[in-house]
Amino acid sequence: MSYHFIILGTQDNPLFSYVLGTSKQGGDGQARFPPSAAHLNQFVLHSSLDIAEEVQWGTGHLYLKCIDKFFNNYISCFVTGSNTKFMLLHQPTQQGPGVTTRSSAAIGANPTSPQTEEAIRAFFQEVYESWVKTVMSPFYGLNKEIRSPVFRQKVAAAGRKYL
Amino acid sequence: MSSNRAARLGEEIWKTRIDKVSAELVTLTYGTIVAQLCKDFDNDYIEVNKQLDRMGYNIGLRLIEDFLAKSNTMKRCSNFRETAEMIAKVGFKIFLNITPMVTNWTNDNKQFSLVFEENPLADFVELPDDGRAQDELWFSNIFCGVLRGALEMVQMQVEAHFISDILRGNDTTEMRVSLIRYIDDELPPEDD
Repeated sequence: MSYHFIILGTQDNPLFSYVLGTSKQGGDGQARFPPSAAHLNQFVLHSSLDIAEEVQWGTGHLYLKCIDKFFNNYISCFVTGSNTKFMLLHQPTQQGPGVTTRSSAAIGANPTSPQTEEAIRAFFQEVYESWVKTVMSPFYGLNKEIRSPVFRQKVAAAGRKYL
Repeated sequence: MSSNRAARLGEEIWKTRIDKVSAELVTLTYGTIVAQLCKDFDNDYIEVNKQLDRMGYNIGLRLIEDFLAKSNTMKRCSNFRETAEMIAKVGFKIFLNITPMVTNWTNDNKQFSLVFEENPLADFVELPDDGRAQDELWFSNIFCGVLRGALEMVQMQVEAHFISDILRGNDTTEMRVSLIRYIDDELPPEDD
């Protein structure tokens, strides 16, 4: 499973971007996006914004779960109270015919399973907490790019822990 | 006054005579002031340090009166060591509910360090990553001014500056305070 995590500000402007791979089931935390399509992730993520904006008013929750699918890319979304969006693109590794499949409950094997949903919820929740602290810093301006190395580390740690 | 008595006094005043405000209010207000100063002076951090010190000085000049009224100790400290204990265990305690550690005395008892284990002004703060703020800005520099101003009003001329700050990546937040002299009562210039 490969992940691309982005944060979008209230004007749908990108604030933060982080690419990671799974660390569960012996994963090494490296993303395995096909080189030919890696640069399309941003487009895919942004193209789900319309759906996010439609769904966000329907549920009473910040976590919108998996809202969109584009070929093998699944998009999960989390909206904060001030309409900043956390979006996570997850792409299960394409498994060749000879490879033994892992258990179907494993995170990543099935992108819409409750386990994956729960793992992503935990990831978003942890990132959300760090994000709140980061935006409370007096030197951070609303809708400005998040450049804090501390925040990046925390996102990486949350990724290792849950994804 | 012994160290323990000072600690008890600070605790008692904090509990009974102090109005409390939200810590976030203090943190965010102070943070905004510093960020605005940085903007106003085009990230000239040396100048920002100076301005913070000056603001603190003006606060200190008046705050000492409040401190004396609240602490009800109309007795002079008999030496500089006692003064240090009062600052840390009563002064910081009643105004900010923190007790910095008094340490690193020089042999002549004229210089000590205040080590801040917690600093309510600096919660949430991350210094700008422009490569200079980490080396130049003393985020909590207002404290230095406050001490300088307050002690001046009780006949002590001191010099205070930070020598390390957790925000900069140091292990501790430490302020160095040195006594320059006791200010003698000066006679007003005679008018002829």
